[in-house]
Amino acid sequence: MFHKLKLSFYLFITLLALSMPSNILAGNACTNGNLVNPGVLTIASGNPGYAPWVLDNAIEKGKGFEAAVAHEVAKRMGFSGNQIKWVSASFDQSIQPGVKNFDFNLQQFSISADREKVVDFSTPYYTANMAVLVRKHTIEKGAKATLTSVRKLVWGAVANTTGMPFIKTVITPTTSILLYDDNADAVGALKAKQIDAAVFDLPTALFISAVQMDDGVILGQFPAADSTNPDHFGMLLSEGSPLRACVNEALSSMKSDGKLAKIEAQWLQNSTGIPVIK
Amino acid sequence: MSAEKSSTYHKNGTPLPAGVPQISRRQIYENRAKRRSIITASLSTVFVILLLSFLIPLTPGWEEVKKSFFDWNILVKVFPALLEAFLVDIMIFAWSSIAIAILGLVIAICRNASSPAFYPLRLFGTIYTDVFRGVPVILAIYLIGFGIPGLGLDRPWNNPYIWGSLALILSYSAYVAEVYRAGIESIHKSQKAAALSLGLSQMDTMRYVILPQAIRRVVPAMMNNFISLQKDVALLSFIGPVELLRQAGVYKSLLANFTPYVGAAIIFLSVTIPATRFADHLIQKQNKQRSQ
Repeated sequence: MFHKLKLSFYLFITLLALSMPSNILAGNACTNGNLVNPGVLTIASGNPGYAPWVLDNAIEKGKGFEAAVAHEVAKRMGFSGNQIKWVSASFDQSIQPGVKNFDFNLQQFSISADREKVVDFSTPYYTANMAVLVRKHTIEKGAKATLTSVRKLVWGAVANTTGMPFIKTVITPTTSILLYDDNADAVGALKAKQIDAAVFDLPTALFISAVQMDDGVILGQFPAADSTNPDHFGMLLSEGSPLRACVNEALSSMKSDGKLAKIEAQWLQNSTGIPVIK
Repeated sequence: MSAEKSSTYHKNGTPLPAGVPQISRRQIYENRAKRRSIITASLSTVFVILLLSFLIPLTPGWEEVKKSFFDWNILVKVFPALLEAFLVDIMIFAWSSIAIAILGLVIAICRNASSPAFYPLRLFGTIYTDVFRGVPVILAIYLIGFGIPGLGLDRPWNNPYIWGSLALILSYSAYVAEVYRAGIESIHKSQKAAALSLGLSQMDTMRYVILPQAIRRVVPAMMNNFISLQKDVALLSFIGPVELLRQAGVYKSLLANFTPYVGAAIIFLSVTIPATRFADHLIQKQNKQRSQ
């Protein structure tokens, strides 16, 4: 009994000694004292994570656009390897009152004025065009990349996104909009022909049409500049978080030295050649 | 009887002259006890409410919770749209409940078919209730709502309203069938025997003798099923229709505030509470009739 206790005590001391230096070293002056878990940067993402943002639902591996961005931001804030803790937190968990379990959360959250009242966002790390995903038979029936043509389609979107207000204000379809819980359900509805067209951000639409559907076609896109409420993706932080300055600093250095563009080129498909809907 | 008559008193305790409406001593006692219990109940309720409304705001997170869940401006802003979305729930409920009442009865009768020739019907009834009571409603909605239209149906036959409602109808009629069956089995065997011996056919016995009594007996239990159906209609939002809960979810996501859900809860409650009270009232009425 005594030996066991002694042993575990030594083990504890050793572990403490091992973990101390890294804790003191991790981070920079900006992050000190401001982290949810001291010495560790806690990054949240969605569960499941969707490609091309996070591949294989494993953000810790750094594959996918957001996974790579998260790793790079963490690196520039002074964290890497096991100094980063990965957690999952849904949108609802991120806006609920009370203490958050993450330092920042990224999963294609669009920055909006209403949301800014409750939480904080970093500067945008990506600006997405809205894209219209349809199936081949819809195009064969004569759907064109014009507003008057797409208005007649039956529209769907993912409920937690800015897709619904976008369809309502920009497209103003003639039939009522159908909404789904996630990308998979919206694709299911396209396959069941319950909807003709769905809006996604362009990279998601490209990925779905290439990987998840046999006959998915991107009918066209709406450039962010045209949209009344462009989809700027920002990292979500708790209201008034002092870390926001650190994250913004990391992001702006990534923008200025071209790293962000490089990550984008690596993980997001080239979207030139997709018609613009007018 | 005469002894009871002689012991009638006025409220203040003096004996009453003949001809005045008479209150027995027991009634006086009961009235007094009733009044006292009402006063005690209201006092303790007021006390608890005061205590809660004093204590909750003292918690450190109250201001934030208030902002996220009880934002009056947001509630006012979204409420009309929520009410409009609730019409979708009412519509789905209306046609589903009728279909459920009918299909449930058919299944119950299948399960009660006693002739050996009808054994396949009984088997079907049993398997049906087993399967649909065992499958979560949401799974049935996904399978039927996405699966069947995916087989290649074209508009308008792949409409999510049709198949989603069908999923609800199939699931709920399994429960309702069991309620009917309990009602049918609660009618004493002698009634069936009597009806048959009077020369009524099996069908007529069921129709004119057993069902009228059985259905009356199970109405309160049935009400409970329909109250829960009223809430489960919201599950149809998973396959597309923008009903109350989904509309509230959209606002929640756009405004980053949970108040729209509170608004949805208010709307649901404004329907379910009266319905629940009504079911309780029916149960009480029935208990009274039985104890007479």
